[in-house]
Amino acid sequence: MSIVDEKAKEVDAADSPAESHCATSVDDGNGIAGLTILFFIVGFTASLFVGWIVFPKLLYSEKQQPIDFNHAMHMELVDNGCESCHFFRTDGTYSGVPKLAQCIDCHQEVQGDSEHEAVFVEEYVSKGREVPWLIYSRQPDCVFFSHAAHVQLAKMDCVTCHGHIGESTSLKPYEYNRITGYSRDIWGKELKNYLGLKTNTYDRMKMNDCAYCHLEETGRKSSVSTEKDGCFVCHK
Amino acid sequence: MKIDRRCFLSLGIGVAAGTALSPLPWKAMDDSSIWSQNWPWTPVPPDGEITYTDSTCTLCPGGCGITIRKIDHRVVKIEGRKDHPVNHGGICVLGLSGPQLLYGPTRVQSPMKKINGTFRKISWNQALAEITEKLTTLRAEGRSHTVAGIAGSSRGTVSGLLQRFLTAFGSSHFYSPSSMEDSFSQTHIQHQDKKTIPGYDLENSNYILSFGAGIIDGWGSPVRMIQANSAWKTKKIKLVQVEPMLSSTAAKSDQWLPSNPGTEAVLALGFAYVILRESLYDPKAIDDHSDGFKAWGAHILNNYHPDKVAEVTGIDSQTIITIGREFGRAGKPVAICGRGQGRTPVSVAEMNAVHALNVLVGNINKTGGVFTLPEPDYISWPEIVLDATADSGLRARPISMGGEWLHRFPNAVTGNEDGINFLFVANANPCYTLTDTKEAIKAFQKIPFKVSFSSYMDETAKLSDLILPNHTYLERYEDIPVASGLRNHLVGLIKPVVDPLFQTRHTGDVIITMAKSLKGSIEASFPWKDYSECLKTGLGRNWNAFTDKGYLELNYIPEFEEVPRFAFQVPSEIPQIPLEGDESKMGLILIPGDSLRLSSGDIGSPPFVMKTVPDTVLKNNDSLVQINPKTAEKLGLKKNGYAVLKTPRGEKKVKISLSQGIGENVISFPRGLGHTAYDDYLSGKGVNFNELIGPVEDPVSGLDVAWGIRASLTKA
Ligand code: SF4
Repeated sequence: MSIVDEKAKEVDAADSPAESHCATSVDDGNGIAGLTILFFIVGFTASLFVGWIVFPKLLYSEKQQPIDFNHAMHMELVDNGCESCHFFRTDGTYSGVPKLAQCIDCHQEVQGDSEHEAVFVEEYVSKGREVPWLIYSRQPDCVFFSHAAHVQLAKMDCVTCHGHIGESTSLKPYEYNRITGYSRDIWGKELKNYLGLKTNTYDRMKMNDCAYCHLEETGRKSSVSTEKDGCFVCHK
Repeated sequence: MKIDRRCFLSLGIGVAAGTALSPLPWKAMDDSSIWSQNWPWTPVPPDGEITYTDSTCTLCPGGCGITIRKIDHRVVKIEGRKDHPVNHGGICVLGLSGPQLLYGPTRVQSPMKKINGTFRKISWNQALAEITEKLTTLRAEGRSHTVAGIAGSSRGTVSGLLQRFLTAFGSSHFYSPSSMEDSFSQTHIQHQDKKTIPGYDLENSNYILSFGAGIIDGWGSPVRMIQANSAWKTKKIKLVQVEPMLSSTAAKSDQWLPSNPGTEAVLALGFAYVILRESLYDPKAIDDHSDGFKAWGAHILNNYHPDKVAEVTGIDSQTIITIGREFGRAGKPVAICGRGQGRTPVSVAEMNAVHALNVLVGNINKTGGVFTLPEPDYISWPEIVLDATADSGLRARPISMGGEWLHRFPNAVTGNEDGINFLFVANANPCYTLTDTKEAIKAFQKIPFKVSFSSYMDETAKLSDLILPNHTYLERYEDIPVASGLRNHLVGLIKPVVDPLFQTRHTGDVIITMAKSLKGSIEASFPWKDYSECLKTGLGRNWNAFTDKGYLELNYIPEFEEVPRFAFQVPSEIPQIPLEGDESKMGLILIPGDSLRLSSGDIGSPPFVMKTVPDTVLKNNDSLVQINPKTAEKLGLKKNGYAVLKTPRGEKKVKISLSQGIGENVISFPRGLGHTAYDDYLSGKGVNFNELIGPVEDPVSGLDVAWGIRASLTKA
C-alpha cells in the first residue's frame, strides 16, 4: 500500500502541477484576454485623444496682432469694398495688407477714443513705422499665387478664400504652426479639416483645396492662364 | 490577474493603431516636409510694390544704361536698360552684381578717422572741421601747392569739382588714370593742337582688324562690344584678332594671329606695306587729309617687307599679305588697338601705325570707320577765382590742364622737394590699381594726411587717415561722361534709386562745403548752394533733356571737310616699347590677360563676379599662371604645381595652369585679383598683377605703356 500510496503520491505529485497549470491557465486566460484588450483600448483611446485633441493644441501657438482693427467699420466708410484698401497696383500686382501710406490720410490725428487707435497713431503713424501685421492667409514662400488671375480674370470674390473677415469688428488671434511657422488658416481650424473635409470654401487653403476648386471650376487641375499642369503651376 | 508583457504589447498596438487613426503622424509628416521645403532660416525677401528706375552703371567706363528693379524700397535686381543707346538692354556680370555693392559688408557707413592705426567713427562736422583746419594751415604756410587730388576720371562734374577746388586752392596736383583713348588723343596732339578722342563706328564696319583689343573681354564699352561682335557674326563680318594668347576674343574671332608679344605696331606696318605695294589705299583721302605720305610710304616699302615683318612678329608672310589685301579691299574696314580692356595706353608709335591703316583706306569720319571726336564739353561753370596764394601755388608747379597721368603720382610724392602734404582720392583706388603697387603704397604712406571719398573699404581707404564716404552710385545724382570708343559721346545720368542707407554724403557736396568753409576766393569759386544746383546749372539748357532721357547724346557729326590732317610719321627703327628686365636672367614675358569675369579697376569684384572666375585662373586662394606646356616642361613645372613668379618689381607664389593657347616663353594671368581689402570673397584671393609690373613711359607721350615685363618661373 505504502508502495501504491507512494506511487499515488508520485502521480499526484506529478499530476498536480499539470492540474494546477491547467486550472490557472483557464482562469488566467480570461483575465489576461480582458487585460490585453483593456490595455489595447487604453492605448488606442489615449493616442486618439492625444492625436486629435492634445496634438493640435500643442502644434499651434498663437500671437496677438500688434493692434486691433475693425474691418466692419472701415467697410462702411469706403466706397469700393475690400479693394479700397486691398487694391491691385497699376502693374497688376496685388498690394495685400495696406501700408501706412494708405492709412495716413485719415489717421494723422487720433480718431475716436479707442486705445488701439492711440497706439496706432503714436507708435506707427507719427514714427513712420509700418505695422507688422500678422497675415492669416500668407501661403508658404514656395507657393506662387496670383490674385489678379483669380479676382480680375476669374471674377472670384474675396469671401471665397478669405471668409467674412470684412465683416469682423476685431482681429482674431493669429494662430501659427509651431513646426512650419505658417498660419493655421491655411491648414484649417477644425478637426475635420485635417481629413480634407470642410463646410465653407475658405475653411482651408491647402494644395488639395486649390486643386479641387480648379477641377470643379475648370474641369482640370492645371493653370487656367498657362494651361500647364504639374508642380510648377504653383511651386515656382 | 497579472500584468505581463502581452499587456504592454497590446498597449503599444493600441497606441499605434490610435495614433495611425489620428492626424498626428500624417500632420507631423506633412508639416515636417513643409518645414524642410521652407527652412525657417532661409531668408525670404519681403513682398512689396515692384518699381523700376532707370540710371547709369558706373562700375566700369562702359556707361551702360541700367534699370533697377525694386520691391518697395529695396533694390533686388539690376538689368540692362532696353532703350539705352549704349547697351540696348544688355548688361555684364559686374553691372548685374551692383546690389551686392549697395548692401554688402564693405560699405563705409559714416566718416571714419584713423586714430592710432584704427578707424573710429566721427561726425561729419568733426571731419570737415579737421580738414578745414589742416588746409587753412597749409595755405597760410604757403604750401598750397602740396595738396593733391586723384580722381577716377578726368571728366564729369565731381572730378571737375575736385580739380576746380585744387586750382582755387592753389595746386595743380590733379591726377587721373590714362587709357587707350589718351594714346589716340596724344597721337593726334602730335599732329595738331586739338585734343581728339576716338569714336569707332564698329556696328557699320565690314572688316575688323584688332591689334590686341579684347573685344569681348571688356574693351571700350564692354556690353556694346559684345553686341557688336554678335552682330558681326550674324552678318558674317570678319574679325581678325592679333594677340599673343588665345583670349576669349581670339577664340571667338574668325582668324587669330598669335603674334609675338609687343610686335603689334610692326605687324600693322607689315599690313601697310601690302596695302601700299598693291595700291589698295585711297589716294584722294590721303591727298586731302594727310601730310608726309610719300616719305612714309617709301620707308614702309623699304623696311617692312612681309618676310621681314614675319621674322619679328612670328606671323608668316603669306598671312600678312592675305590679311593686308582683305583689309585694303574690304570697303569699310577698321583697325583698332589698345590691349585687353584698353585701360593701359599704347605707345604713340603703335597708335600711329594702326591709325595709319585707317587713314590709308580713307575711313576717317566715315560710316564704319574711325571718328575723331572732341573732348566731351557740356558743363558750363563760371571762371575760377584765384587769389594771390592760389596764384603763387599754381606758379610753384606749372598747371597742366586735364591733369597728370596717375602713374606719375608716386614720383610727385617722393621725387620732388616739397612732396605732397595732403591728398584727396575720389572714385579711385590707386593703392590697388597703380603698377609697382608696393612702391606706390610706400609713396602714399609718406603723405601726412590722406582723405578718401570711397564708399567702400578699399585698399586706398584702408590706408587713408580720413574716410568721407560718398553715396554709392545707386544713392546719388551724378553725370557720367562716356567715351569708351562710342561712335558719339554720351553723358549718362545716375540718380538715387534708394535713400542713402548710411551716414554718407555726396562727394560733390563735401567739396562745395569744404570750399565754403575756406572762405575768400575759394568760396567764391563755388557759387552753388549744393551739388544738385551745381550739376543743374552746369548742364544749363541740357538739364531737362538729360533728366527726361537719363542721358545726353553729344552728337558731333564731323563733316568730311573736318577730317583732321594726319601726319604720316616715319617710325623709329623698330616701333616697340622695350620690356623692363634682363632677358638673360628672366627669360619669360609676363603679360596681363584681361577678363570680363573680373573687375580690374577701382571697384573690387563683388561675390557674384568672383563665383564666375574659373579654376584655371583662381583655385582657392592661388592665382594660376597660364603657360605653354612646352615652356613648362623646359622649366620642370607641372600642372597645378606651385612656382615662384619673379619680375624686376616683385615675386609671388603662383600655381601653374597649362595652356596651348599661349605662345612659348609668354606667361599670363588676369588683373583684378590679389586684393587686400573688401570682403572675404575677394580679399586674399590670388595675386595682384599690378604688383609685378612697373610703369614704362612712352618716350613721345609720357603715357605709361608697359604692356608686359620680363619674368622667371621656378618650381616652388
Ligand atoms: S559693361 Fe561696365 S558699365 Fe556696362 S554694365 Fe558692365 S560694368 Fe556696368
